[in-house]
Amino acid sequence: MNRINRKLEASNKLLSIYFTAGYPDLENTVPIIEQLEKSGVDMLEIGLPFSDPLADGPTIQASSTKALKNGMSSEKLFEQLKNIRKTVEIPLIIMGYFNPILQYGVEKFCQKCQEIGIDGLIIPDLPVDVYHQEYQEVFEKYNLINIFLITPQTSKERIELIDSVSKGFIYMVSSASVTGAKNTFGDAQTDYFKKVEAMNLKAPQIVGFGISNKETFESATEYTKGAIIGSAFIKVVTEKGISGIDPFVKSILS
Amino acid sequence: MYHVNKQGYYGEFGGAYIPEMLYPNVEKLRQEYLKIMGEESFIKQFNQLLKDYVGRPSPLYFAKGLSKKHGTKVYLKREDLNHTGAHKINNTIGQILLAKRLGKTRIIAETGAGQHGVATATVCALADIQCVVYMGEIDIQRQAPNVARMKMLGAEVRPALSGSRTLKDATNEAIRDWINNPVDTHYIIGSAIGPHPYPDMVTRFQSVISEEIKWQLQEKEGRDYPDYVVACIGGGSNAAGTYYHFLDNEKVNIIAVEAAGKGIQSGESAATSQLGKEGIIHGCKTLLMQTQDGQITEPYSISAGLDYPGVGPMHAHLYRSKRGTFYSATDEQAMKAGLELCKTEGIIPAIESSHALAIFEHTTFKEDDIVVISLSGRGDKDLDTYIRYFDL
Ligand SMILES: Cc1ncc(COP(=O)(O)O)c(C=O)c1O
Repeated sequence: MNRINRKLEASNKLLSIYFTAGYPDLENTVPIIEQLEKSGVDMLEIGLPFSDPLADGPTIQASSTKALKNGMSSEKLFEQLKNIRKTVEIPLIIMGYFNPILQYGVEKFCQKCQEIGIDGLIIPDLPVDVYHQEYQEVFEKYNLINIFLITPQTSKERIELIDSVSKGFIYMVSSASVTGAKNTFGDAQTDYFKKVEAMNLKAPQIVGFGISNKETFESATEYTKGAIIGSAFIKVVTEKGISGIDPFVKSILS
Repeated sequence: MYHVNKQGYYGEFGGAYIPEMLYPNVEKLRQEYLKIMGEESFIKQFNQLLKDYVGRPSPLYFAKGLSKKHGTKVYLKREDLNHTGAHKINNTIGQILLAKRLGKTRIIAETGAGQHGVATATVCALADIQCVVYMGEIDIQRQAPNVARMKMLGAEVRPALSGSRTLKDATNEAIRDWINNPVDTHYIIGSAIGPHPYPDMVTRFQSVISEEIKWQLQEKEGRDYPDYVVACIGGGSNAAGTYYHFLDNEKVNIIAVEAAGKGIQSGESAATSQLGKEGIIHGCKTLLMQTQDGQITEPYSISAGLDYPGVGPMHAHLYRSKRGTFYSATDEQAMKAGLELCKTEGIIPAIESSHALAIFEHTTFKEDDIVVISLSGRGDKDLDTYIRYFDL
């Protein structure tokens, strides 16, 4: 069984963290992963930086630009993660845009992920329809779970379609926006969380975009399986480096 | 064979590689665009505006001086005479009418040189609808007069501060804006690029160019097709419109001219079909300039309107299928061809269009060949560049 499924079965109120590989320094990738696991995070999204991250707000854009400048690439990331399963057990997901994966070769990329022990992928600009028709077989051959996004604008029919193709969780984008930290959620978000909860989908939902602190984490996980923190975490490592990680995670989980 | 198929592809290129956040808007557009464009009231309004507001039909001008000089029959399709000075307005008129019918109350657009930004700001003023134009911070500095024009027309010009701060980043910012404002906003893309249905929609709005060429040639030459159609390609909207009605007529040779910048091998170029590899840019599978790792690279051309690292999917297909012949003109060749047009015909072309005019550097035509060149825009916006380049 894939580590993602095991984790989803075993616990609730999962805390997942997104960070950009190769940021702030090129060689920070592995130390950040190890520290996050040690601090009690349940799952990680390792951001493979892209020159043109369409769905991301200023914080993740800036970290991607810096990571690329530092020399991050698909090849480099795989090299850094070569021995990651010797020290880290939590599910690891690579989140990246489709073009770098396409250039690497989709099958070769998937194969490499399996070799290393990556459990899943999130590719925001690979739509569910194209995945289903062209790539699902390859992903499954290498035991990789592909994660799809839904938003408050996604129709009920499409949520059902996405649920039917989903083998792990559904990434529920909290509001109509690019990535970026928010301090509170309004009624619109809570209504949307409730509405999706009431659909009784096969795949559990994890909320992302706009989660930044204990308050937003708590309100998101009231109706869902877990939440993902991205931009707010990037800000922490930008300002405080790796030593800022433990206090930040504790402030969410305490 | 060269038109878009039901799935939104031209051969292997095209499609809609978009984040889920954009899906409802793009899907709605996909379902509605042909229906709306086929409505009688839409067609009437579109044609009326093209006639009374844009000033169409644009003349098909027999360029006597150029013809003599190059020993062939050269016609210029005078898109430079359109309101706002380029072909871009054909598309923005169409899209603003469509946006209104979709119930949208806010328009966003990207712009490089500012031509598409001005054309969008213009139709928004006309339709009394809010307009935000994204423009790279670097381009804002380079294209001050067009920034002023957009402001006078009531648009808000927002600088794109990310990445290289030019056209591709302005496009990213516009897409992010659309993600953030999915309900009230329509995104008017300025070229035949982006996720399906944009390339086809923009192409259809621009196809009035070749529709007119057909009857204009019939009047002048007694046949409704040329031997060659020639256009410059940035994203490819003026080219797509110029080729459209000739795509399936194999008697018509299709010629594309891209911007070679300082030379194909110089590292400062925008000749996408030659330097690009298949990939995804702005929601579309096409040829684009990128690193081996799949990071999109910065193009260069003296002409800001050709400074795009990708090319529309129709053109990627024309290139791959060899239906089109692709050339590229350097800055120097384009500037020289532009100046030649000034001296021989008394027309100052946009530097983008000068790339198409540079075709005579690359190939020769027979004496009785009919060669139609898309003169996509006029040179007013480029005066600064001309002044600096020729030390005027
Ligand atoms: C006059 C003119 N021609 C051509 C272009 C290139 O665009 P496209 O390739 O979409 O026609 C531009 C873009 O700004 C332009 O202003």
